[in-house]
Amino acid sequence: MISALLSVDPLLDGKLLWTPLIIVLVKVLIVFVVGLVATMLMVWFERKVIAGMQNRVGPNKAGPWGLLQTLADGIKLFFKEDLLPERSDKFVFKLAPYLTLVPAFLAFAIIPLGGDFRDGKGGMVTMFGHQTRLQLADPPIGVLFALAISSIAVYGIMLAGWSSGSKYPLLGSVRASAQMVSYEAALGLSLGAVLLVSGTLSTAGIVNLQTSVGRWNIVATGFVPFFIFLIAATAEMNRPPFDLVEAEQELVGGFNTEYSSIRFALFFLAEFMNTITMSALIVTLFFGGPQPITIGNTTLDIPVLPNALEGTVWLLLKVLVFLYIYVWFRATLPRFRYDQLMDLGWKVLIPASLGWFMLLAAQRVGRDAGWDQIVVTLVSALVLIGGYALLQLAQKVSRSNREKDGASF
Amino acid sequence: MELVVFVLAAAMVLGGALGVVTRANPVHAAMSLVLTLFGIAVMFVSHNAHFLAAVQVIVYAGAIVVLFLFVIMLLGVDESEDLSVEPIAKQRPLALILGGGLVAIIIAAVVTGRENFASAGGALESATLESPDANIRALARSIFSTNVFAFEITSVLLLVAVVGTVVMARRMKSLGTGK
Repeated sequence: MISALLSVDPLLDGKLLWTPLIIVLVKVLIVFVVGLVATMLMVWFERKVIAGMQNRVGPNKAGPWGLLQTLADGIKLFFKEDLLPERSDKFVFKLAPYLTLVPAFLAFAIIPLGGDFRDGKGGMVTMFGHQTRLQLADPPIGVLFALAISSIAVYGIMLAGWSSGSKYPLLGSVRASAQMVSYEAALGLSLGAVLLVSGTLSTAGIVNLQTSVGRWNIVATGFVPFFIFLIAATAEMNRPPFDLVEAEQELVGGFNTEYSSIRFALFFLAEFMNTITMSALIVTLFFGGPQPITIGNTTLDIPVLPNALEGTVWLLLKVLVFLYIYVWFRATLPRFRYDQLMDLGWKVLIPASLGWFMLLAAQRVGRDAGWDQIVVTLVSALVLIGGYALLQLAQKVSRSNREKDGASF
Repeated sequence: MELVVFVLAAAMVLGGALGVVTRANPVHAAMSLVLTLFGIAVMFVSHNAHFLAAVQVIVYAGAIVVLFLFVIMLLGVDESEDLSVEPIAKQRPLALILGGGLVAIIIAAVVTGRENFASAGGALESATLESPDANIRALARSIFSTNVFAFEITSVLLLVAVVGTVVMARRMKSLGTGK
């Protein structure tokens, strides 16, 4: 049975040997350290880019270009006084930061971090005579693991707000739970579109299919699921413009008001780690992950570097684009009002992702059954338009009902 | 190794279940429930049902208990209850009898149906490197072809529940003193 548990990594197939075990341990260590260092750099990157967008200099004193500013802040936070509010639920209060941090790191385990996916090699690399992937784990449930992790990540924030024993953090955590549960549906449905096109759950398998720009899932799924995923992921991470959880103008500081010292640092760390993980997940799902950029038959090849390492470079470049986009969001978009947030989630994103999912499914069924693709697309589009009209009608009726009751929204 | 995994998961399940009924604070009880659900997910994984484990975590731990917590926090019933008071008389002995009966029924079902379990589990395919999705395919084929009617009927049931909730919530608002 235990071999069934471990057989998902070819390294651990069969007898447990020392070399594979050490390779796996080294992989765990590398993923953990890379995660921490990347988070540190991400904080610096965000502050620098936002400073640039606001015509400021940003951190520039600690280390070259202020690179060590985060380290200095981290050390400062470590040595600050650790407050435990008197009315707090002590155990839960101490537990909550870890509940936030651990999922942030866990989700990183399924991202393919490199490897050679060209010519059908499937991302396998040979290390000391053993075949392995440049990815910590490739569980049979693949991307669902990320979904499961992001759905339990809400506990940390929720319990942090509740256990603080004061009003504003509680409001922040109630907002967090409602928001994250609402956007999870849109996230899952747009993910479903990717799974429908790829036909596999494994992240390495999904990357393996996206051999050229034309076959990247963003094109293959028809762009809409990507935008829905991007928006829903932003809401899921509580990043601006969906950061109602820590709306400082309304909630003092949000769910983390009562936290100080290292516990606060853990929340901070988890938030930035989540940003990196989600960016990497978007790249994996929609932009071919570590695959090099290939248009038609021409591949942009980085000379000198071996193909497996080149994958890492490509992944890094693509992730950087999304990290920049997230910072850009934060610098330019004002925060949503709470009812706007719920409207966007329930009335726009969920119906849109569901409709698009059904369109893709209909096309797929049509292809399998040998129907005319144009007719299938037209008929599904008509059905979708009908559904949209019905939805608009229902919303109009409910709005007029609300106005009759005296509501003003 | 198999035994170790089982014992750990079982300890999680039982510990969580005990916590749900014995903790005085509803939030703690809900967290104990999460522990139980995770234990069950571990059991699923150890029986090669990876997909069920993922769904268990996403749906139960990730959505349903979050909703429980949401309601608990929103209604402000998160103060500790005095467990020595019995709100409904004779509730506890009755619960004990019914619980005992349920355990007896489950044990009887397991004992009499053992052979069937073995044959039903045989349909599960284990994940391999070539096709990690074999299990999900088998499950999907079963749900969407053999049992598609039951599946669709369940969704109607859920829809009715949702409509019922909305109707009840709205009627209360128009009759009450809310607006």
